[in-house]
Amino acid sequence: MSDASINTQAKAAHGDAEFGDYFALLKPRVMSLVVFTAAVGLLAAPGSVHPFVAFCAILFIAVGGGASGALNMWYDADIDRVMARTKKRPIPAGTVSEGEAFAIGIALSGFSVVMLGLAANWVAAALLAFTIFFYVVIYTMWLKRWTPQNIVIGGAAGAFPPMIGWAVVTGGISIESLLMFTLTFMWTPPHFWALCLFMKSDYKDAGVPMLHVTHGRRVTRNHILVYTLLLAVVAIGMAFTGVGGPIYLTTALILNGLFVAGAISIWRRDEEVSEADGYKREKAFFALSLLYLFLHFGAILAEATLAPYGYGGW
Amino acid sequence: MSFREEHELHKRRFGRNLGVALVLVSFIVIVFGLTVVKVTRGDYEPENASIQRGQ
Repeated sequence: MSDASINTQAKAAHGDAEFGDYFALLKPRVMSLVVFTAAVGLLAAPGSVHPFVAFCAILFIAVGGGASGALNMWYDADIDRVMARTKKRPIPAGTVSEGEAFAIGIALSGFSVVMLGLAANWVAAALLAFTIFFYVVIYTMWLKRWTPQNIVIGGAAGAFPPMIGWAVVTGGISIESLLMFTLTFMWTPPHFWALCLFMKSDYKDAGVPMLHVTHGRRVTRNHILVYTLLLAVVAIGMAFTGVGGPIYLTTALILNGLFVAGAISIWRRDEEVSEADGYKREKAFFALSLLYLFLHFGAILAEATLAPYGYGGW
Repeated sequence: MSFREEHELHKRRFGRNLGVALVLVSFIVIVFGLTVVKVTRGDYEPENASIQRGQ
């Protein structure tokens, strides 16, 4: 046993995790995406809320997203211990116990939903509660270990925040908020499968039926292309709704042109070619996917911000 | 002269306690701020209050 493992076990035994260890349970990087997309949904919605209420609503949505991350880490601790990518998470590292993660997840889930209901409205709170339920129960407990389509259906959990932000202002659901949901929902599979192609992950050892493990990399490349084409239809179609406009349309046309070209390039390659250049195209596609979502929501935000000055929208 | 040796464990606990304290203080500020916003906007006023004021 190494000194490092003795040290981490000692920390866990005494329950002396640092504050940062508890914060890491909330998956801060995922939270940043949640905050951004929820803020865009809130700002693009017709109507307005008090800036302090808007700030609090975004905060509670972020806390709700973090709570579901903590519950995910609690349930998936066995998988996280096996996989190299997740071994350093607080539970496998021994800094936070499974019981603590569960308690924090449950407490923050209840807290965020109730506080969002009190601060904004109960439609937004119900959507947040459903998002937490979907991520923890439907994705983490059920789909993740059962079907290679786990990331497709589970991606819905990450797609709800703009809908919640929209509901904070309007108190309801509309075609625009559903399209913002669909944009993130359709974006998740090609984004994640591209990562799977170049990351030498150990899903097989962990017993997680990811598409590239169960059906092979050729099928994964085909799926990336199909989902990217469907995504392009949704993304460009959004330009002609209430949240779209010339800025969004220009952004969507350029980004979807690049994204479809990237997906075709990945589809035309095989493993030998990819390995030879160190998965250069797959890595570039993954990097573009991050920019893709950020710029699409950025364009929606630009349309909403410029609309009062007569520049945004149609 | 210090009677108690400062251990790495104490630093860790201090950081955690400080973090919890900041979270609790932030929560108080949020609840207070939300209350001020809701009350000044009249979210919790009875419907007839404005009618009575108008008379």
